[in-house]
Amino acid sequence: MILASRGELHYLALECLAERTIALAQLRKLADPAAGYDPLLEARMRALLPLAVRHGFRIVTNMGAANPLAAGRRVIELSRELGLKIKVAALSGDDVLAQLEPGMRTIEARGAPLSEYGTLVSANAYFGAEEMLPALATGAQVVITGRVADPSLFVAPLAHEFGWRLDDWPRLGRATAIGHLLECAGQVTGGYFAEPGLKDVPNLAQLGFPWCDVDEEGNGTLGKVAGTGGAITLRTVKEQLLYEVTDPGGYITPDVVADFTSVRLKETAKDRVAVAGAGGRPRTATYKVSVGYRAGFVGEGEISYAGAKAVERARLAGEIVRERLRDDVADLRIDLIGMDSAHRTDFSHAAPYEVRLRVAARTATRELAERVGAEVESLWINGPAGGGGARRFAQERIGVVSLLLDRSRVRPRVTLLEEDRETQAA
Amino acid sequence: MKRKLHELAHARAGDKGDTLTLALFSYHEADYELLRRQVTAEAVKRHLAHLVRGEVRRFEVPGLHALQFVCERALDTGVTTSLAIDPHGKTLSYALLEMTVEP
Repeated sequence: MILASRGELHYLALECLAERTIALAQLRKLADPAAGYDPLLEARMRALLPLAVRHGFRIVTNMGAANPLAAGRRVIELSRELGLKIKVAALSGDDVLAQLEPGMRTIEARGAPLSEYGTLVSANAYFGAEEMLPALATGAQVVITGRVADPSLFVAPLAHEFGWRLDDWPRLGRATAIGHLLECAGQVTGGYFAEPGLKDVPNLAQLGFPWCDVDEEGNGTLGKVAGTGGAITLRTVKEQLLYEVTDPGGYITPDVVADFTSVRLKETAKDRVAVAGAGGRPRTATYKVSVGYRAGFVGEGEISYAGAKAVERARLAGEIVRERLRDDVADLRIDLIGMDSAHRTDFSHAAPYEVRLRVAARTATRELAERVGAEVESLWINGPAGGGGARRFAQERIGVVSLLLDRSRVRPRVTLLEEDRETQAA
Repeated sequence: MKRKLHELAHARAGDKGDTLTLALFSYHEADYELLRRQVTAEAVKRHLAHLVRGEVRRFEVPGLHALQFVCERALDTGVTTSLAIDPHGKTLSYALLEMTVEP
């Protein structure tokens, strides 16, 4: 909100889709055809629309999730309630579930065909700047998409404003580096970074979100609103530049294959870092498609032990649960939180004062998933001495795998929504 | 006298499916060469052998004083289906920083 009201923005991007989010949204859409967009859409837009109109910036977001059109309609309703007159462009067509065939190979390590996974619930192609440009060309104040590549939410407005050609690979590469730096917002301004002593970040509680002032070459300067918490330094920017990047010299998006190895960073002032020099090569011929499938259930239970022999009692408790579930649950994992749950080993070999036993298992049914937690809970009475604070969880899992689909098999559509009509823009 | 990487470098973990990325940055330019020589893909694979079931590849990004490690089959089938308490592997940057080097 501080960024929106005091950032002097031309565009505000909201990136809201993790890998699995759209599959969960698709399940909501199946239950209700008017649902399937981000549940936070209303709250976000209610707060941002008046600011967007007052300050004249445009909002670009993938909050449409599995249902961009319904999201667009909801935003029009909201704007009417708020007494604002705006246009909304919704980009759809990324849903390619109907195009999938059981024999298609996933690009995960094993390359297994889709038929080896559970029931498919969603499949969405990652759109890029090319598909978003017709939506931006409508002049709509709000552009709502489903699945688009995260950096493309930033590349598209730049390509639109500067009139870049879509085969201007160096500029698209540079803009992609900037989009990648901005897409996780607080992760470039000091979030996911602080360590007291070595890597202090001031006022992390009031973490400011980043803006970037980009020139027509695609280079830019990152900053944040004065007075907000956090920090933008060479270190925060370097960490974010390589975040989730599996090949720094070949970062593949729908727009370009970007090269981050040539990026030059320079601190130009406090909380200002100039980003320049990323490279770009021609884009690939395919869309990456994220496929959601029903992956069974997971049951979990946790219980704490503290004081003398806490580790030994927790280990004993874990073995008891394993034994009690042996006939029904094969895929089970035992962790001692406080010892080896996160790193799967204890590099320090120091005995903790207290530990928390965690048992988690994959199961075929919800009933079995519930039993995992129930067995842990029963350790209160039927387990080692002094176990307390049991908690249990069970939920269905939606897994996600990826595949590549030829661009020609996908049809992007842009719908322009106004107060009294809807028209196909592209 | 061995030193923990934690004293010389900072790191950030990321995930893509079942692949873990670990970006390692020397605090000081002078230490980058030491990291380059000692924190090899093989050394990281050994250090994280209990976690990483697949290949470890290393990319050098000298302009950022960075080494990027791409660890395959490291996230118990990936964030959406993992049984791990930290399915993204976000804590694993600090597992890398537990490695020791000879100054």
